[in-house]
Amino acid sequence: MSETNGPAEGRHPMTGNALSGDAQGGMERHTYDVVVIGAGGAGLRAAIAAHESGARTAIVCKSLLGKAHTVMAEGGIAAAMGNRWPEDNWEVHFRDTMRGGKMLNNWRMAQLHAQEAPERVQELEDWGALFDRTDDGLISQRDFGGHKYARLAHVGDRTGLEMIRTLQQRAVALGIDVFMECTVTDIFKDGSKVAGAFAYWRESGRFIVFDAPSVILATGGIGKSFKVTSNSWEYTGDGHALAMRAGASLINMEFVQFHPTGMVWPPSVKGLLVTESVRGDGGILKNSEGKRFMFDYIPEFFKAETADTVEEADAWYDDKKNNRRPPELLPRDEVARAINSEIKAGRGTPHGGIYLDIASRRTPEFIRKRLPSMYHQFKELADVDITAEPMEIGPTCHYVMGGVEVDADTQESAVTGLYAVGECSGGMHGSNRLGGNSLGDLLVFGKRAGEAATTYAASLGDHRPRVDEADVKAAQTSALAPFEVEGGENPYTIQSDLQQSMNDLVGIIRTRTELEESLAEIEAFKVRASTMVVEGHRQYNPGWHLALDLRNMLIVSECIAKAALAREESRGGHTRDDFPGPNDEWGTKNLVVNLNEAGTGVDLHEKPLPEMPDELKGYFA
Amino acid sequence: MATTDHGVTSPGRARIDARTLREDRWWLQPLTTFVVFSAFVVYATVRAFMGRDYYASPYLSPFYSPCLGDCVEGASDFGQPFSWWPLSAALIILIFPLGFRMTCYYYRKAYYRAFWLSPPACGVAEPHSAYSGETKFPLILQNVHRYFWYAAVLVGLVLTFDVVLAFRPMPAEYAVGDGETSGIHMGLGTLLMIANVVFIWLYTLSCHSCRHVVGGRLRHFSKHPVRYKLWTWVSKLNGSHGRWAWYSLFSVALVDLYIFLLATGTIQDLRFF
Amino acid sequence: MSYTLKLRIWRGDKDGGAVEDFPVEVSEGEVVLDAIHRVQATQAGDLAVRWNCKAGKCGSCSAEVNGRPRLMCMCRLSDFEEDETITVTPMRSFPVIRDLVTDVSFNYEKAKELPSFSPPPRDADGKRRMAQVDVERGQEFRKCIECFLCQNVCHVVRDHEDNKEAFAGPRFFLRYAELDMHPLDTHDRRELAQGAAGLGMCNITKCCTEVCPEGIQITDNAIIPMKERVVDKKFDPLVWLGNKIGIRNKDNDGRTEV
Repeated sequence: MSETNGPAEGRHPMTGNALSGDAQGGMERHTYDVVVIGAGGAGLRAAIAAHESGARTAIVCKSLLGKAHTVMAEGGIAAAMGNRWPEDNWEVHFRDTMRGGKMLNNWRMAQLHAQEAPERVQELEDWGALFDRTDDGLISQRDFGGHKYARLAHVGDRTGLEMIRTLQQRAVALGIDVFMECTVTDIFKDGSKVAGAFAYWRESGRFIVFDAPSVILATGGIGKSFKVTSNSWEYTGDGHALAMRAGASLINMEFVQFHPTGMVWPPSVKGLLVTESVRGDGGILKNSEGKRFMFDYIPEFFKAETADTVEEADAWYDDKKNNRRPPELLPRDEVARAINSEIKAGRGTPHGGIYLDIASRRTPEFIRKRLPSMYHQFKELADVDITAEPMEIGPTCHYVMGGVEVDADTQESAVTGLYAVGECSGGMHGSNRLGGNSLGDLLVFGKRAGEAATTYAASLGDHRPRVDEADVKAAQTSALAPFEVEGGENPYTIQSDLQQSMNDLVGIIRTRTELEESLAEIEAFKVRASTMVVEGHRQYNPGWHLALDLRNMLIVSECIAKAALAREESRGGHTRDDFPGPNDEWGTKNLVVNLNEAGTGVDLHEKPLPEMPDELKGYFA
Repeated sequence: MATTDHGVTSPGRARIDARTLREDRWWLQPLTTFVVFSAFVVYATVRAFMGRDYYASPYLSPFYSPCLGDCVEGASDFGQPFSWWPLSAALIILIFPLGFRMTCYYYRKAYYRAFWLSPPACGVAEPHSAYSGETKFPLILQNVHRYFWYAAVLVGLVLTFDVVLAFRPMPAEYAVGDGETSGIHMGLGTLLMIANVVFIWLYTLSCHSCRHVVGGRLRHFSKHPVRYKLWTWVSKLNGSHGRWAWYSLFSVALVDLYIFLLATGTIQDLRFF
Repeated sequence: MSYTLKLRIWRGDKDGGAVEDFPVEVSEGEVVLDAIHRVQATQAGDLAVRWNCKAGKCGSCSAEVNGRPRLMCMCRLSDFEEDETITVTPMRSFPVIRDLVTDVSFNYEKAKELPSFSPPPRDADGKRRMAQVDVERGQEFRKCIECFLCQNVCHVVRDHEDNKEAFAGPRFFLRYAELDMHPLDTHDRRELAQGAAGLGMCNITKCCTEVCPEGIQITDNAIIPMKERVVDKKFDPLVWLGNKIGIRNKDNDGRTEV
């Protein structure tokens, strides 16, 4: 056994990783084939794939291993395994995904995802995951919004925890190096190719240089730019910003998913996710008048497959063949907008939400068995017994569909050697993500990226890109900049103002004037951020960490606002009050953003969607 | 407070001198346990060594059952194979219930906390400088718990038999009223013994070893539906194992006390019929 | 409905530190972590604290509140009187890094020592079959969010630094039990649990169960059953004899010692 009560010589106390000999007080240097940034589902899966294909692999993550936001995923992993419905297959899943994304998805990614998700789920089981079972002993699958068949492999309502723990245990068993509580602030390039990354230990403030030809971004989303969000502090758009600064582009940034059901009370947990499984398992939405209002909000696009009477909707849970789905299970964007309208119309609850009721529809035993975490969450945090009373819920910022523009098969960005997977990549989900497709996305593309990154790194032989020492100096100066300022503002205040501004001006319902106002405010925040000040020293200093993250949040917020202003239609996770309804012409193109020449803001241009081959078009006839 | 270098004040840990920052009455539970267990031990020891006043026909004290030594007339329902035993007959058999309780997973928790202060309560530093748990003699013997459980089942059966016998007619000298001595009898003693045997069984069947033996050791419940069912029942009882441990401790002492009082003639049995 | 909370926070690092007063405005429905965040945003920008989900799901914000190991995000202020002083300190079993942040690498080291799940080949159709009743026990243990409060409160290492080497702690007994009860696993880890992991050190005083924010019955459902399984393997002559003469339960067949 190695040391436990203190760091051994030359090993890091947090991770047990070896430090380089000349690290004392200075800079550490490590060489790998593949460096994965982020240890959520995508990052871990990518690292496992890279390791298994023979790469020397490191995982770098901002938190402790196993704490990434994937643990918050509740519902399940969408995969057409056909365990409950033999008629389910990848083609149906592909069609559901494309329709859920309002046809703006990268068709190839949607196809690969639907085809490969079942095997990725089976793999988790090989590594020790314990999914809920069907009566035949197979992996059970549950209903979710937008999926035609019960398709989500799940473990109660804590599927994300199961997934991350399984992947974590796998990564540990393989002996992959993990740099915990370590934040990457820059990607190094040699010409047009990735050469490595620059990071600091949160614990000590010491810097690290990674020499690595392949870097995989798996940093998750941008939710912390909004005030009401289900996302944790880590979600500051690091991967998005790193990619842009390295020269890659982002797509679909205007599409931000507001999950229809977040907690609204007490204030300290406002935004915290309430799983869609509540509705999948029979929960319904009611306004303050007690009306089940979703029947009033069924859009034309989904009329044919949605029940229009209470009787049919209720019968669907037991007899899915002969009934259509309840409107509560429409895709998330539709439900979130409906809830938003009800609240705006003055039919909200005392705390400004609407009611999500499962208590009157299922037995307490059923609820506790199927939704243990939700039961626990409401009991502990809000003092509400969900088996006896309805929950108060409202929309919360949950997921960004937009992200780094990547090649569908390899997940490589426009920069050679730079890959992006999971939430920080773009294209897979189009304008709106279906519940359950995120976890599948992490696994399918995590594996693909890990393998592609290894293949590329191996192909280089001895001709690896080299990190330029001048770049290292620049990265160090940039990271220490917040300590150099005197008399500026505290980063917490700027962050809080930014979150409020984004929530108010770039929220669920958007208009030209507000978006323009938002862009002006972001410019003002940038000015304030350039003079922000942090107190204390480099050792575990959250103020400093936030100051560095804030730069990413600002640039990403600008991308969202700019793209939202440009897209003059309503589609999926982007709703314009001044342009209600979709526009066919906009339905054929993506908005792409890049960092501008000066590196101070973002440029935007349109790009046609990749054309779907005819044999796939057939599914939408 | 003196600084130690092995526990919460070890070098490297957050420098806080107090052995606990708990402000609730954490000491109440171990103290209660200490007082009650000590009282029981004193009482039981005195009674076990007394060697008399354990039988008041038809009631036999659970401390002496089965009475295998040189017991008073009527007390030995299983013969007297140890009639040569010079000491109290209780000492022959008490090792079994005593061993069962001493190695019981619940009692271990209770007395490690209350008597050994290891730890006195959660988040309260223990006073010992070294600790090896149950890895060495004699504590490694705790692993024989299941054998004491086998014995406890036998003891439970004997005590159940005693309850049946407690319905026997009373001999004339104890009879009240018109001196009637035939037919079925039931008195307060019978009731107490019933309550006691119920608690004893709840305690015995809720035992962790029992839970393991009936089904817990399996990996495939699905292939053993009956054992799974049993395991489910035992698991339910097991949730309150600590409660049954306390109830049965009280009931056994109470029954003995009641019989002692009858046998010494201090009180008369309250007869229902 | 807000009031000024009498909050005290331990600040310092491995070289020393002390509890300091941070009176802070708090309001209805808030938890200890909210108060800590407010101190961070308004009074001490460099106050070190670990947290992520703020919903009791990630297990990052473990600390001790009035001497009791808790998740700060699940510790509601309404559980205290308004005039009560709340003292928050880092976990006291692990080396401190700074303020409320401790070095929990002990737990990651222990995780590395545990041999992973080892399944047999899949069924012919590429799937695996397990009955729901067979996975339920393991599922309870897999609710673990690795907050390490059980590791922190366990007196075996809390009060005896020297035991850390030989003792894996409740979190990993949970893992041993999970794998030992797994309907498919092909490894027999009982010797290892008793030997390398130090299961015998546990004296089942149940503090791990008391502090578990997920309500996992660590002692009753994992540690004690695991102890009983070790008895089967090491201490029970009847089971040994049964194995010798072929009268035994076939449920463990096909497993090999690691």
